[in-house]
Amino acid sequence: MNEFAFFIDYSRCIGCQACVHACSECDTHRGRSLIHLETIERRESVQTAPQVCMHCEDPICAQVCPADAIKQTSDGVVQSSLKPRCIGCSNCVLACPFGVPKYDADVDQMMKCDMCYDRTSTGRRPMCATVCPSGALAFATIEEIMQARRGHPVNDWWFGDAHVRTKVYVLVPTEVSRFDISIIPLSALRRAPKPPVDPYDVAALLEGR
Amino acid sequence: MARPPDTIAALVHRFGPHLTYEPAGGWTTRGEPDRIVPTHCCFCGQQCGIQLKVKNEKVVGFEPWEEFPFNKGKLCPKGVKRYMQDEHPDRLRTPLVRDEGQGFQRIDWNAALDRTVREIQRIQSAHGRDAFAVLTGASLTNEKAYLMGKFARVALRTANIDYNGRLCMVSAAAASKKILGIDRSANPWSDIPKAQVILVAGANVAECAPITTDYLWQARENGAKLIILDPRMTPIARTADLFIPVRPGGDIGIFNGMLHVMIERGWIDRDFIAAHTTGWDTVEAIVRRYTPEYASQIAGVPASMIVRAAEMWGPAATSFLLHARGIEHHSKGVENCMAAINLVVATGRVGREGCGYAMITGQGNGQGAREQGQKCDQLPGARDIENPAHREHVARVWGVDESTIPHTGLSAVPLLEAIHDGRIKGLLLICFNPVVSLPDGNFIREALGRLEHFAVVDFFLSETAQYADVVFPGSLMEEDEGTTTSVEGRVIHHRQVVRPPEGAREDWRIICDLAARLGAADKFAYESTREIFEEIRLASKGGIADYAGITWDRIDRETGVFWPCPSVDHPGTPRLYEGARFGHADGKAHFQPVEWRPAAEETDAEYPIVLTTGRVVSQYLSGTQTRRIGALVDQYPEPRCEMHPRLAESLGVGDGELVRVESRRGFILVRALVVKTIRPDTVFVPYHWPYGQSANNCTIRAIDPISKIPEFKICAVRVSKEP
Repeated sequence: MNEFAFFIDYSRCIGCQACVHACSECDTHRGRSLIHLETIERRESVQTAPQVCMHCEDPICAQVCPADAIKQTSDGVVQSSLKPRCIGCSNCVLACPFGVPKYDADVDQMMKCDMCYDRTSTGRRPMCATVCPSGALAFATIEEIMQARRGHPVNDWWFGDAHVRTKVYVLVPTEVSRFDISIIPLSALRRAPKPPVDPYDVAALLEGR
Repeated sequence: MARPPDTIAALVHRFGPHLTYEPAGGWTTRGEPDRIVPTHCCFCGQQCGIQLKVKNEKVVGFEPWEEFPFNKGKLCPKGVKRYMQDEHPDRLRTPLVRDEGQGFQRIDWNAALDRTVREIQRIQSAHGRDAFAVLTGASLTNEKAYLMGKFARVALRTANIDYNGRLCMVSAAAASKKILGIDRSANPWSDIPKAQVILVAGANVAECAPITTDYLWQARENGAKLIILDPRMTPIARTADLFIPVRPGGDIGIFNGMLHVMIERGWIDRDFIAAHTTGWDTVEAIVRRYTPEYASQIAGVPASMIVRAAEMWGPAATSFLLHARGIEHHSKGVENCMAAINLVVATGRVGREGCGYAMITGQGNGQGAREQGQKCDQLPGARDIENPAHREHVARVWGVDESTIPHTGLSAVPLLEAIHDGRIKGLLLICFNPVVSLPDGNFIREALGRLEHFAVVDFFLSETAQYADVVFPGSLMEEDEGTTTSVEGRVIHHRQVVRPPEGAREDWRIICDLAARLGAADKFAYESTREIFEEIRLASKGGIADYAGITWDRIDRETGVFWPCPSVDHPGTPRLYEGARFGHADGKAHFQPVEWRPAAEETDAEYPIVLTTGRVVSQYLSGTQTRRIGALVDQYPEPRCEMHPRLAESLGVGDGELVRVESRRGFILVRALVVKTIRPDTVFVPYHWPYGQSANNCTIRAIDPISKIPEFKICAVRVSKEP
């Protein structure tokens, strides 16, 4: 299954949580879901965004782990913490730029998405990407995706000066070649002007704005 | 005497809804399944393929079924978690009889069946055959739907049988029949991604038909423009090319206004209209008055949106219209749908690849269950119960004299009204939870309380079954074998994955046993549901919904067969109206002129806000099944009243605060969800819940004069902060 890759298209997400429930059904998860579905700001919009582990080429979670508990398999999948090693310190939780790892107090270790290792390693697609009814999550070859979708897949992320390349791709318009996520001080954010038109405000739409 | 025999709290304590979070036997014992059975989801009309895992004769999980062409493994949250019902602690495992003040007592099967049959005979001999009625549902398989229609007409010989599709597909069905001649989506879903422009009218696709989302998005990947009509900015409306936040009940303004602009700009196909349609002149005369300005007053949106919609829809080479309950749940539901379908026919873009029209079926067998003869006015094969030739054909298949088949009976809402005023005294109900799902809930509960005998077949004690005298424990979809007909008109095969739990029985066996006790054993001597299907093939042969050429083996081999399919060598009909041959006797489409008219109850000073109702993605219909599955309940634990911040501010209501939503008929207490994604003049409450949170306490018992669908989408309410 090496030619298969994982793709996220946030613009397709409908917030249904099929991915969350399907993840919990994986044989090894026993009811625990390891995918996050973010509701961006329900008052403002119905926008939602699914977040799987992005599987960084050089995973930051593993770099900061003092117990060397986070391993990457040869196919580039970053695994959950190893139970005998994880000390539950949550360094990885704080360090991950995507907010993926979570400390699970019930099992006293960090748990996260492993791209359904038990399924992908036996030729099946990950649960979330198989069931996703909107195609916001997809597990396919690059060729299949390029043929079926507008835009193109990107996996280069810049967090300020720090570069991260991920195994998981995000589908974006063709004019976007990489993600630049600037580090903005909170004070600047507060000063930032509000956009004059709120595209998701139905009242504003009705007034013809 | 049909009233809950104990306090609601006591009944809920014993029968639920309780929440399950784990599969049968728990997560740890699940292990490798003994077998994996490909079948279909039990819930909505999409009827997604799904494989169920069985261990020790219990359903313990699912595996996506990627080979099934409609959904290719995709599922919504309901489909993922549906298997948790099978070993649910709330399952009914023995017949029950009411015991005043004591709740329900267990009773053995023979005694329960005898009791109901005795009551049927007493009521029918004292008050006439029609005094005993039957209410059924569109989640029943084709075989069970057929059986219920035959049971009512042959075993009970009552005219009064109707079904909960009356709350669902009847407006779309009537409009489709009137204009196009056949009651079915015109195209398979594979045509959607081939359309250049798609109009989705009153369909919250993301939550009510999630799998269809991928078809819409795929069309957009191919360059299609997407127009969405909805009073709320739904997840598919968020990124639509044009979102029209139409006023509830204002849809005809949009459709007629669009047609007006299209005529002005020459975007109609006059050659097609001349060759293949009738009635255009009247339509043209009417829409001449629907200038964008006039139309915008009806629709409650800026005129520029209507013009823009016409500019997108009008000149396109290919197009697809989808509509659902948003335009259908109205006292003018049929007219709304007809105004929409006029837009399709006027452009001649129908019956071709990438050109067409579909109604989004709500219930699992919303399509098939209305064809097999459990509607008050239909016989199997979507035949007309008043047509002598149709009656004769069905009478021959049933082996009865044509004159013994009753004529048109009452539809669901008038049927409940007849119970309320004492004309109907007995009721057998299956697959229907009217206490939650019918409008004007207080009236419905009062009506049920007046029944002299009320028998219910269900697998859980629904809020309606609480009113029963006798409850028969029935079967889940995966505990019986049969077929359904999906949103596309594709007849598919539900396999029996496991047997019903001990003490419960397959629904069809219960009905056949009742029929036998009523003296009709020879007409109900089926050994299997496959035999019932074989009879459907005969009964539907030559009808509009012709299943004669469909066999279970073909369904399995061909991943479903589309009706009409008149013979075993016929390939089935995925796309209707090819070559512009419509379903009417003259082969033409019949335009229907539509004028806008107000709702049964418009807002006024006393009740100044529109209440509109609908669904959320994690719950299904009246919730009998989904309110028992923990993960689905946690996703959306209770109904919320969606309102715009402007309205919330004027009411002094903050997000999450308790509000009282009150109409002339009743009220609910729910928490506010303050969002900018809804019109400020409208509030939305989903209807899946019972008792003091039942949105249908407020809705109005007004029905469409043709389809008899209730007006769930508009009633006048006032909203106040609850101290």
